[in-house]
Amino acid sequence: MKEMKVISKRFDKVNPLSIQDYINTNGYTFLKKAIKMERISIIEEVEASYLRGRGGAGFPTHIKMMGLAKETSMPKYIICNADEGEPGNFKDRAILEKDPYAVIEGMTIVAYATGATKGYVYIRGEYLEALKIMKHCIQEATENNLLGNNILGEKFNFTLEVRSGAGSYVCGEEFALIESIEGKPGRTRIKPPFPTQKGVFNQPTMISNVETFANIPFIIEIGGKEYHKIGTPSSTGTKLLSLSGNIKNPGVYEVPFGVTIRAVIEELGGGTLNNRKIKMIQLGGSCGPIIPEYMLDMIIDYERFEEFESKTGSGAIIVMDDRSDIFDILMNTVLFFEHESCGKCVPCREGHVQLLKIIDKFVKRTASSKDLDSLESLARVMHQTSLCGLGQSSPTSIISTIRFFRDEYLDRIDHPASN
Amino acid sequence: MLLDMILNKYPAQEDSLIEILLEFQDAKSSHFISEAEVKQIASYLQISEAKVCSVISFYTFFRTEQKGQHIIQVCRGVPCHVTADINIVKIIEKELGIKVDETTENKKFTLEYTSCLGLCDKAPVMRIDDKIYTNLTENKIKAILAEYRVYN
Ligand SMILES: Cc1cc2nc3c(=O)[nH]c(=O)nc-3n(C[C@H](O)[C@H](O)[C@H](O)COP(=O)(O)O)c2cc1C
Ligand code: SF4
Ligand code: FES
Repeated sequence: MKEMKVISKRFDKVNPLSIQDYINTNGYTFLKKAIKMERISIIEEVEASYLRGRGGAGFPTHIKMMGLAKETSMPKYIICNADEGEPGNFKDRAILEKDPYAVIEGMTIVAYATGATKGYVYIRGEYLEALKIMKHCIQEATENNLLGNNILGEKFNFTLEVRSGAGSYVCGEEFALIESIEGKPGRTRIKPPFPTQKGVFNQPTMISNVETFANIPFIIEIGGKEYHKIGTPSSTGTKLLSLSGNIKNPGVYEVPFGVTIRAVIEELGGGTLNNRKIKMIQLGGSCGPIIPEYMLDMIIDYERFEEFESKTGSGAIIVMDDRSDIFDILMNTVLFFEHESCGKCVPCREGHVQLLKIIDKFVKRTASSKDLDSLESLARVMHQTSLCGLGQSSPTSIISTIRFFRDEYLDRIDHPASN
Repeated sequence: MLLDMILNKYPAQEDSLIEILLEFQDAKSSHFISEAEVKQIASYLQISEAKVCSVISFYTFFRTEQKGQHIIQVCRGVPCHVTADINIVKIIEKELGIKVDETTENKKFTLEYTSCLGLCDKAPVMRIDDKIYTNLTENKIKAILAEYRVYN
């Protein structure tokens, strides 16, 4: 299998800081094309492409665009979610550092189509390089009349601003991010209203992932219909994958949807280091399921991922070989979420503390079958009743390992520590 | 004064708060925000001090007390965790004679954990101040620390 480089076509081939390099490689051709189109036909092209959000949940992008376009309260905002705090994900960093103008062009096209006049790129504070690059590129674009007032001589104004995160994972959640842009602690809001109705500064706002915006110029280039032919019917286009863990060639790879996880690991990642056996992989990052080796023939596709009821679609694949221990990984994962919980709702705030206590019993081999039952029901309750995606998806690693590695839980119960 | 200079760059609106805190803490040599500075920022933005404090305590980047001159952060994301054949934190703890979240007596180093730094393809990873060190081995860690101890 070979990569299909659409979003990553400029990676390592152009100077990412140079707007001239970008323009010389077809950059801004599609903003120029879009600006001559009817606004509504741009949204229809995105609809025909069936582009789904690349931030994890896979929500159809055209629905958000239409949602924003039909609002009349001005100003309207666009936010690029570049918070990428999910452990194991680094594909947005690659786009921001290697092809930043594609994100800016994509945002500008969406702004034009929806009538937004101001945008933010919210980049996690850890990404110092990406922050620097994006600030530079926005300035260059502005100086070249590709941002600002009367863009390309048309009656179209759009300005962009970079905002930095400050080390909080939950700020990747859309309303937490909006609060953060407003200068507040990143605690989510109750939905509805949705961001397209009342978002940042209570104005209509569309928030999408870096990779989602980077797809927009390509959709305008080849048209929604052609785009739809790439990938699978439910998941069109390509996906950038962040491949990490016990693997020979970790890195970012771009593939069409529909390839198997096994092909990615073996043919692009070169298999495991020292050819050790794969024990499990974690899909999507810490909020995603842990699945066993025999499931690697699963294809990469939002429909398949939906089975796990979690935000698996960000494209992280963390490979763990036969030296890894499930309970060690669970401990690591739950500690992370406990630390990042914003404390706004009880199931998440208190739930993590309880989860840690029970997992610790499995680590120490002092758990009983009652503990397994409590673990399972607690994980379910958190999944169903937490206020935002953090508490809803954090128990996924537990739910999935109880399902796929039940034997290991039972083994710890049946063989307690002897003392 | 440094804070005045930074404040003047930003519009006096609440949504400037995080940007101001980030820039100021980074520029200030002791890298923390004092009570007096909280007061000054609150009065500039015309918001309550409690609001400023709630932001400072929510975001892990912000500090309210002086830490070591160099802050060492070891990534404990799962990819770094499974690729490290060595216990990075133990090695550093032993080298510096401190535990995680402690500062050396000479105030030179503070040791902390961090969540994933987005460099999982170069795991295991740690950060010292703004510098990232990847593909760590025991010898590499010792050499990096030695450099900081001698030259910085
Ligand atoms: C706790 C949490 C963290 C999230 N972090 C991110 C993130 O870092 N980047 C991102 O694009 N989406 C993240 N999301 C998803 C966003 O809420 C939102 O769905 C996404 O930005 C929408 O963009 P998309 O439609 O292009 O996928 C996160 C969600 C939750 C609940
Ligand atoms: S689920 Fe967790 S992070 Fe989300 S609102 Fe509730 S406490 Fe905060
Ligand atoms: S897990 Fe350490 S950099 Fe991602």
